[in-house]
Amino acid sequence: MNALFAQTRAEVQMTVRRGETLLLTIGIPVLLLIFFSQTHVTASPAAHRINFIAPGILALCVLSTSLVALSIATGFERSFGVLRRLHVTPLGQRRLIGAKIAGVLVTELLQVAVLSAVALLLKWHPHGGASGGLQVLALLVLGSAGCGGIGLLLAGRLRAEVNLAASNGLYLVLLLVSGIVVPVTSLPTFVQKIVVGLPPGAMSDGLHRVLGQGHAPSIADWTSLAVWAVLAPLLAARTFRFD
Amino acid sequence: MSNAVEVNNLGVTFGELVAVNGVTVHADYGDVVTLLGPNGAGKTTVVETLLGFRRPTSGSVRLGGLDPCRDHREVVVRTGALLQRGGVWFPMTPAQVLRLTATYYHAPRAPEELLTLLDLDHCARTPWRRLSGGEQQRTLLALALIGRPRIVLLDEPTTAVDPEGRQVIRELVRSERSRGCAILITTHELGEADQLADRIVILNKGHVVIQGTLEDLAGSPEMIIETSAPADPVGLSSLLGCEVTRDGPLRLRCATTSTPERIALITTYLTGNGLSMTSLRTRASLEERYLDLIASERDGAAT
Repeated sequence: MNALFAQTRAEVQMTVRRGETLLLTIGIPVLLLIFFSQTHVTASPAAHRINFIAPGILALCVLSTSLVALSIATGFERSFGVLRRLHVTPLGQRRLIGAKIAGVLVTELLQVAVLSAVALLLKWHPHGGASGGLQVLALLVLGSAGCGGIGLLLAGRLRAEVNLAASNGLYLVLLLVSGIVVPVTSLPTFVQKIVVGLPPGAMSDGLHRVLGQGHAPSIADWTSLAVWAVLAPLLAARTFRFD
Repeated sequence: MSNAVEVNNLGVTFGELVAVNGVTVHADYGDVVTLLGPNGAGKTTVVETLLGFRRPTSGSVRLGGLDPCRDHREVVVRTGALLQRGGVWFPMTPAQVLRLTATYYHAPRAPEELLTLLDLDHCARTPWRRLSGGEQQRTLLALALIGRPRIVLLDEPTTAVDPEGRQVIRELVRSERSRGCAILITTHELGEADQLADRIVILNKGHVVIQGTLEDLAGSPEMIIETSAPADPVGLSSLLGCEVTRDGPLRLRCATTSTPERIALITTYLTGNGLSMTSLRTRASLEERYLDLIASERDGAAT
């Protein structure tokens, strides 16, 4: 069997069998989707709250899997000597990172399927049509690359315990300020500008435009996502440590 | 043809700390070479430099003639390594991780064969976190050997392994040697070096104290006797038929093995000269030689 395929399969199997990862990638997004679509604790720009929350939750899927789960798992792999051992096998850094990215994409596919199904049950009416679907796919893939790069950057440099705290902290902050459950328009203007410059914010903004309004993502969304999608993985690869 | 393992005048520093200084070690295919030394001697630093975890500060290292940093991919294809702090994903079983690791190589050994050879059949489906220390160590050894390596580097392979497990590991190391592998083992346990090595390199404080075969290092057999008053070495030498040298006012070294007959001869000789033997020691073990060397290093540093 091909090493990349076998490693990807192992990554996905380990991800879906880790209880804490399932909670982070499926449990919390489902809970947030139901809670914020059924309550009035935050101001929603959409007539139907689910139409605002659902696109944001799709961005949250990427944030939780590509950045947080990937970062924490990789950090502990380094801490427990798994990466040290892999360094002295022919798997190599490229195939290892490739398998991790592929594993993340497969997990996200499952997440998007589950979350979309739950949202549709809650009477979500996505806009955008077929071309919107392609734009959504591009936004999610670019967002994954950017978030994954940041996750590996953290995992490659920080001690596992510090990385765990940093990733969870980052998750909470980005969840609140990226337009996922709280509309960006309710944040101070300077915060809004910073947020769209980060992958979760740009992804969330683009998804709201496509799925909420039937519009194309803004140039700023595409630019931000494209820059992070290239620079973050490159930086992660340059600074990644097996030891 | 170059040696399988070449460490040439290696120096490695971490900031101000000199971890390894001027170490030269070679191993040929079919050799087992043991790096022996106390904790902090620099053994792991040598192995990690050979595996490309760090670049030498001075000198050079080669595995199969290749630079482990520059030619890393080629080096790891032909090298199997057991690291001191190497691990496996917690939920994975020995069978799963061996099957996965086998996919990294073109012509791997069968995972089932290694599970049997290393006595891991009974725990092949037990998750890594539930394995004993010895089972984990044997799994790591199986992972090191799955790619049919020509060069094997084992960093403290018998740590946390019970006597039966050690026997299994020793037999596997011997079988890899007979397959023509070059094997470099680090250990701080004399028993392991004693039983496995064709050549032993004793390291202390980052440098080579001495290296050679077990016979070289243990030295010639000797009887070291101490007497109640100074004795004549010449008379004793002709009596025993071996060289006898004075090593202190009351101590004589007789270059021969200790037997009951020789002890009786010495006792009779000394009594006949109005003397008595106050102590008798023999020196033939690696352990004594090793402890002498490490102690003399420590005394040298203190003075």
